[in-house]
Amino acid sequence: MINPSAKLNKKVLTQKPEMTPIRNGFGSAITQLGEKNKNVVVLSADLTESTRAEDFSKKFPERFFSVGVAEQNLITMASGFGVSGKIPFACSYAVFSPGRNWEQIRTTVAYNNSNVKIAGHHAGLVTGPDGATHQAIEDIATMRAMPNMRIFVPCDAVEAEKMTIAAAKIYGPIYLRFSRNETPVITTKETPLNPDKAEIFYDSSLKKSRKTKKGSVLLVACGHMVYDALLAAKELEEKDIASVVLNMHTIKPLDEKTLIECARRCDGVITAEDHNIIGGLGGAVAEALAKKLPKRMELIGTKDVFGESGETDELKRKYEIDSKAIVKAAEKMIKETKRKTAE
Amino acid sequence: MRELTQEKIAFIKNIANDVREEVIKMLAEAGSGHSAGPLGMADIFAAMYFHILNHDPKDPLWEDRDRLVLSNGHICPVLYATLAFAGYMPLKELKTLRKLNSRLQGHPHRASTPGVETTSGPLGSGLSQSIGIALSAKLDNKKYQTYCLMSDGEHNEGNTWEAIMFAGKMKLNNVTAIIDRNNIQIDGFTENVMPIEPLRDKYEAFNWHVLEIDGHNIYEIIAAATEAKAIYEKPTVIIAHTIPGRGVSFMEKNYLWHGKPPTIQEAKVALDELKKFRTK
Repeated sequence: MINPSAKLNKKVLTQKPEMTPIRNGFGSAITQLGEKNKNVVVLSADLTESTRAEDFSKKFPERFFSVGVAEQNLITMASGFGVSGKIPFACSYAVFSPGRNWEQIRTTVAYNNSNVKIAGHHAGLVTGPDGATHQAIEDIATMRAMPNMRIFVPCDAVEAEKMTIAAAKIYGPIYLRFSRNETPVITTKETPLNPDKAEIFYDSSLKKSRKTKKGSVLLVACGHMVYDALLAAKELEEKDIASVVLNMHTIKPLDEKTLIECARRCDGVITAEDHNIIGGLGGAVAEALAKKLPKRMELIGTKDVFGESGETDELKRKYEIDSKAIVKAAEKMIKETKRKTAE
Repeated sequence: MRELTQEKIAFIKNIANDVREEVIKMLAEAGSGHSAGPLGMADIFAAMYFHILNHDPKDPLWEDRDRLVLSNGHICPVLYATLAFAGYMPLKELKTLRKLNSRLQGHPHRASTPGVETTSGPLGSGLSQSIGIALSAKLDNKKYQTYCLMSDGEHNEGNTWEAIMFAGKMKLNNVTAIIDRNNIQIDGFTENVMPIEPLRDKYEAFNWHVLEIDGHNIYEIIAAATEAKAIYEKPTVIIAHTIPGRGVSFMEKNYLWHGKPPTIQEAKVALDELKKFRTK
């Protein structure tokens, strides 16, 4: 059942959820930050409206900088602001930033430890009809390998707002990952958010009445895939497979403690992300478990292939990054675990 | 503005020569690093830290200090030696260049060395960072000036031109770029590897005020920096014509000395030459 202390939208699994682009949460957050903190500045590489920086640019024109289509300048200028007491948010699409300007981020932001917040928008396949050129599926991997870098991947617009505000309070480089298309709103203003702590959103064991289970899986998800993990958990419950859903909104530093605690009471672990299965959330979880608690794993994500044009649902179905794929992976895993035990 | 007397000019020249000698000693000790650029920029660094900059070696993070951003980080031996003479670190520390556990990294790192404003090495990113720093000064109503020292070779980088375009757009008058126009880069002469001329026309087309100076003439260096601060409607670039390897005959104007250090024997000859160069 849904973990009541997560204070999710109560009807998240019973009704068609409210749909909002995750990036909208970023937009409202930077406007709030602009009002509260005069050191917050925003830089945009000619994508002000679509990265939701427009409201900030109108309310605080003296603190808004349009750098043109120049992502290397975007990030290196932000680095200059970041070493001068400012809290710069550098806005572009994830394929361009942190894509095109990777080395500038490495040298002038990460190694230089400048207080820069990189807002990477249009990440993942749910960028939709723009196609593979605009669907970043490698950004978590490339940022994760960089010392000093934190990575936040909010699960919905509400969490995006909270994480953006949280990012401004932490000194140091942070990569914030947002997606373009409308995705379900699952959290509420009351949902707790601590960037250092993963949240349990669903836990079958909370429902004491059901005791006979075929097995149990831990579903670790980030971004809009958290909703798919919840849908999968509900379906698995009906199939007599228990599950725990962990919202891993912070990929780095990874909350290994919560991960291990949850993994310990499950037969296997499934990760779900709108990102390549190499080097992203799945990689981070696998690295942590391999060290401390080796577990049977399945990784849901794009399978080392580029995406293509299409609508959200079509793409998620075709590339098998939806609740159906999670359920299939869980069933396979439980079947194999059973077989192994029998042998 | 500080008074500039003949005695002060002679004093700065002397510092520049001290810096050159230290650069040779550091590089020979390190066994790797770049020779030509640091020797060619010694006069400008001495003029910066001993006359032009408002700074306090006892308080490297003083918030009103002028900022010197070194974009072409590979010439850092000249920065380290000048910082040492200015009092940011003991002179004997210069011998630790490029060694394990040293504060003097092969390319400058902000967190390691007092007085170093940005981490650099990969080319083309310094001017953008200087712009971010200069815009912060404007937002905070601070009067400090940001100086970006760049190489000619890094004008091959797209990032450099993105920054030039942006500063022109903003009419950013509190940033001064100084280009070490020594005509060499690792693979050869700049005009053979990737021509950047006409450099003055290019900057003017991007709405910059352009000054050209002899980068070894202390008076011209200081006069140009003073004029740059007085230009209110545009950013200013000082194209400083320098001789790479300045003061050591076998290194001067020879691109083969761009990216290598002298051997112990070559260093001895170089130090002898620099001693004579002092009295020229």
